[in-house]
Amino acid sequence: MKKAWLSVLALALIYGCASTPETKPAEPQAAPAQTPPAPPPSVGVKPLPPTAVQTDPLKDPNSGLGKRSVFYELDKYDVRDEYRPLLQAHGKYLAEHRGSKMLVQGNCDERGSREYNIALGQRRAEGVKRMLVLMGATDSQVEPVSLGEEKPRCSEHAEGCWSQNRRSDMLYGGEY
Amino acid sequence: MRKLFSLAAVLLLVAGTAHAQLTIEIIGGGANQIPVAVLPFVGETILPQSITEIVEQDLTRSARFRTIFVGGVNPLPSEIAQVSFADWKSRLADALVIGQAQRLPDGRFEVRFRLLDVPKQAQIGGVAYTLTAAQVRLTAHKIADFIYEKLTGERGVFSTRIAYVVKQGATYELRVADADGQNAQSILKSQEPIMSPAWSPEGTRMAYVSFQNKKPILFVQNLSASKQPAPVANYRGSNSAPAWAPDGKQLAAVLTRDGTSQIYLMNADGGNLRRLTTSSAIDTEPFFTPDGQSIYFTSDRGGSPQIYRMAASGGDPARVTFDGDYNVSPRVSPDGKTLAYISRISGRFQLMAMDLESRQVQALTDGLRDESPSFAPNGRIILYASDNDNRGVLAAVSSDGRFKQRLGIQAADIREPSWGPFMGN
Repeated sequence: MKKAWLSVLALALIYGCASTPETKPAEPQAAPAQTPPAPPPSVGVKPLPPTAVQTDPLKDPNSGLGKRSVFYELDKYDVRDEYRPLLQAHGKYLAEHRGSKMLVQGNCDERGSREYNIALGQRRAEGVKRMLVLMGATDSQVEPVSLGEEKPRCSEHAEGCWSQNRRSDMLYGGEY
Repeated sequence: MRKLFSLAAVLLLVAGTAHAQLTIEIIGGGANQIPVAVLPFVGETILPQSITEIVEQDLTRSARFRTIFVGGVNPLPSEIAQVSFADWKSRLADALVIGQAQRLPDGRFEVRFRLLDVPKQAQIGGVAYTLTAAQVRLTAHKIADFIYEKLTGERGVFSTRIAYVVKQGATYELRVADADGQNAQSILKSQEPIMSPAWSPEGTRMAYVSFQNKKPILFVQNLSASKQPAPVANYRGSNSAPAWAPDGKQLAAVLTRDGTSQIYLMNADGGNLRRLTTSSAIDTEPFFTPDGQSIYFTSDRGGSPQIYRMAASGGDPARVTFDGDYNVSPRVSPDGKTLAYISRISGRFQLMAMDLESRQVQALTDGLRDESPSFAPNGRIILYASDNDNRGVLAAVSSDGRFKQRLGIQAADIREPSWGPFMGN
């Protein structure tokens, strides 16, 4: 969507440039020559901010909803306090958009049993869901699933990566 | 002691299936190895590959035997009357294998062999097989099983099969291969992870977990079928950790349909679902005892993942492991006497064996990331996932911890091994 918006802007710029040279012969009817290079209004209006897109809070980095991940300590699945505002914002959004669905994917680092890590990742995702429901989401809006250690975001075998991989991701309908 | 035993060279000649090959490295040696001489079978050059070479490799790989050099024997004997026992005595062989191969009029082959006791100068046993060209490897493994059983008193596992998952690039593949890693066949290929393969007790079906729908879903696939069937468990959340009941009719698995990961029992087609555990903690990794009466599993109900045991019908579990804060992946030996599991010790994940009667624990490996143990059906070897230079490999250790093997494929991650059952003859 961001790209689409940019290309609209680009089109507007191109149009603007093309029409800037004031070589247009003055039209006799246009009395107030105050706004000579005004592009035809129908085209000029189109690139006006497509408000629905720009104000989508899920895409807005300032809305508190742009962040989607919660990170964990080794072996742990409790949501740390620092993630409360994030989950509050998403819970509120889900409460205000009852038609929205969310998939919470729990992840683990590569160490230990793959099967236990499925359960641990599930527990992480459930913890996020529980908090979202406390913040206003309904039970049926959020499905917690586990990817265990199977889908690492970072693939090096060191804590720098492992801490990135101990994570829950919140994905809205259409994003997965 | 460290021997390098590579099958790659042999396989270049054989050039069977086009899959990347498993190479096997043997580390350490067994005690009291039985010295055996395997003579080339008379006429075996008519076969597409040397049958005695495979027999010899099987015996060596088991670490229960020492194969004796057999060069310079001319003519080769195929009957007991042609054997010079004094010669084999001086070569320090306890047992001698002789045989012959013939082409039958219908294009198949007949291979017959005899196992001889050198000190007693007598036949221990002998078998004749009728086979097609495609059955040379299987016949060799059966001959090796026969020799193993006669000389050790235990059943051999050379003709059994193993399953494992290979990750190559972004592709996951579930494969089934001979116990020596050769003759690999693809069961399932996917761009999403595959895990937890589990052989049905009769060896014709495989349960596994696939992420093809973006989350773990449980399947049971008939190995003779070419198509993936409908899932047996696809409930809300995650569906994982299948384990067969010894009767082959029921499956324990872990579902989150009612909340956290809990253990359920279902029919092999997913029907008749019953919940077995009722905790608010993680309960996972069920594994049936061979008598089908109990289930071992992993739970963090005590604050850290530990191994518990409960009746196969559910009920109050008893805690089994107490040392350390991470004991997972319980697997019971086929005789029900030993529990293999993975323990985290100072950040390293090691394979442990607990004698279930005395509760004595022995570390079998000193790896960094050892996982997913699986007993051979005779209980002598435990196959597990390990890593070598940050690449997933399979490894095997004798159940007494004395010798180890490493099986790897170049440029691929190999993981999630599961050793199949004995198959009927």
